[in-house]
Amino acid sequence: MRGKIGFFRWFIGFFLLFLYAPAMLLPIFAFNASSIVSFPLTGFTTEWFLVLFTNETLHLAARNSLLIAITTAIFSTLLAVLAARASTRFSFFGRRSIMGFVMLPMVLPEIIIGVSLLVVIIQMGFELSLWSITMGHILICTPFCIAILSSAFMNLDKSLEEASFDLGQTRWNTFWLVIFPLVMPGIVASLLIAFTISLDEFIIAFFLAGTEPTLPVYIWGQLRFPAKLPSLMALGTVLLLVSIGLLLIADYFRRRGIRKTGIENTGGFL
Amino acid sequence: MTLPIIRLSGLDKFYGEFQALSQINLDIKTGEFFSLLGPSGCGKTTLLRAIAGFETLSSGSLQIDGLSMEGVPANKRPTNMVFQSYAIFPHMSVAENVAYGLKARKLPKVEIKARVAEAIDMVGLQGFDERASHALSGGQRQRVALARALVLKPRVLLLDEPLSALDKKLREQMQSELRRLQRAVGITFVLVTHDQEEALTMSDRIAVMFDGKIAQVASPQILYGKPSTRKVAAFIGMMNFLDAKVLAASGDNVEVEVQSLGKLTLSLEQATGGLNGCDSVGVRPEMLTILTGSQTSEREIEAEVTEVSYYGDMTYYDVKFPSKEDPITVTMRNTAGREVLEVGAKARVGWSTSSLLLLK
Ligand SMILES: Nc1ncnc2c1ncn2[C@@H]1O[C@H](COP(=O)(O)OP(=O)(O)OP(=O)(O)O)[C@@H](O)[C@H]1O
Ligand SMILES: [Mg+2]
Repeated sequence: MRGKIGFFRWFIGFFLLFLYAPAMLLPIFAFNASSIVSFPLTGFTTEWFLVLFTNETLHLAARNSLLIAITTAIFSTLLAVLAARASTRFSFFGRRSIMGFVMLPMVLPEIIIGVSLLVVIIQMGFELSLWSITMGHILICTPFCIAILSSAFMNLDKSLEEASFDLGQTRWNTFWLVIFPLVMPGIVASLLIAFTISLDEFIIAFFLAGTEPTLPVYIWGQLRFPAKLPSLMALGTVLLLVSIGLLLIADYFRRRGIRKTGIENTGGFL
Repeated sequence: MTLPIIRLSGLDKFYGEFQALSQINLDIKTGEFFSLLGPSGCGKTTLLRAIAGFETLSSGSLQIDGLSMEGVPANKRPTNMVFQSYAIFPHMSVAENVAYGLKARKLPKVEIKARVAEAIDMVGLQGFDERASHALSGGQRQRVALARALVLKPRVLLLDEPLSALDKKLREQMQSELRRLQRAVGITFVLVTHDQEEALTMSDRIAVMFDGKIAQVASPQILYGKPSTRKVAAFIGMMNFLDAKVLAASGDNVEVEVQSLGKLTLSLEQATGGLNGCDSVGVRPEMLTILTGSQTSEREIEAEVTEVSYYGDMTYYDVKFPSKEDPITVTMRNTAGREVLEVGAKARVGWSTSSLLLLK
């Protein structure tokens, strides 16, 4: 018995180390006063962060990424609301298989999605642009949004809707007065997750980027120049903090939603 | 004769191949406390939801207040429902929940406020107005659900097993409170329940349902005293059955033969569901007595006690007649001086022909 628990502890310990140690290197070297990324550390500096403020191409890439991430978040969530609502409330022919296909991009290798989208867009004679990246991102983000929103919609007691209708409210108002407020935390969580996924997505953005790179594509491009490495570490640190921040906020909303509907908290990512 | 508030005629409901309701004909009178009683899965909820407008009818018609409800959606019907789960809006306070339907009707703010306060008063939730609804107990939720529906002054209030989630004590308290409330507001209540005691104590009339069909509609006294079939009799309270054979019927009299009781002459009225197909007589356990000492009865039969269940105020005896029939149950009130018999004791069971029912 003890042996088993001991092994489990070690396993968890190593797992966490492998998972987070590399990420921890980012902030360490971001503040290291040497342009060579290696130990031992030579001193403390915020120089690499200051470099970020003056880099025009970086700003452009960041702006592109934000634009794409925001658009993706909105559209994926919108689509996911419709899908989640349909799959939890109505039963229609082939519902299971349809939902299966909708969720597929979640497990499909991104490189396949990237290549096939590239082929399609070029064949159809469209220009590669921020829009093509956005489309790709919507495709891969929507399943995650559906997963989040399905549970939000599923937790909703159907008789709440019926009660509202029974009390004389229209279906439209029922949606806005009862359903929407109760799934709102799920919607916020979905927006944040889609935003986060899109913001740091690389493969699809790499394939579908025309002349305008996104942030991850820009970073990849800069990796060729060793001198740029420390400032990339600084950039990575910023992105890491933003991502963790967004995830925390998303989970806060998910929990709040659960509390509101009075259901016991089960799982979640934090 | 006033018009029935609800009239169901020839109502059928299919879920695919499965027939959940078949040929329901039912009139519910204005202002009565009506119950739909039946075992789980017999279609009570389906019928209630059909009245509320949540289920479409496969065939037949439904009139409320003389108006056909065909094509009338739930939000336009003069009915309101108290859901089994209460369906209290969790993101609203008690007062907001109660005001919900009034707001949907776009009434003036002042009127809404007054009526909400009145309704909250009526169900005894004074001081809970601003309480978040997830911070309420089961009984309080139930009251909010009632207030929320009653504040709209519907013609009919539909209640789907509203008490089943409450513990026994609270349930009994809410039963009498519901009854009091119904008398006070004078609204027709249609209550779904699978608890026969609940139906008997609360209702003016009860419809007993089995397998999507209505078996009998009657007042509690008639339902208990003169059930029309063996199935109804067995569902409402306890009833002993003995195989019987109808020998002859002439005028008001029916000649029957019961194995242990011999040949009897019953009145035609005792065949509560008609004479056709009758094959047993039924008798309630409390209509039988175990005679002690010099007590006598219209009829007597020797029996042996096979089982004794002591309930404090009552004792339930299973007794076996010399013939091969299954034991029957006799309940005796434990009055002063009455001895509780033991298993194996001989007992004289007293009965009367008038307490028998001839059933199919
Ligand atoms: N949406 C549905 N689709 C298919 N069958 C259904 C549906 N709703 C109910 N049924 C079936 O119809 C029958 C009657 O159901 P209903 O809910 O009316 O029973 P009930 O009398 O209310 O039972 P309970 O006391 O358990 O609530 C059941 O056999 C049930 O399985
Ligand atoms: Mg039911």
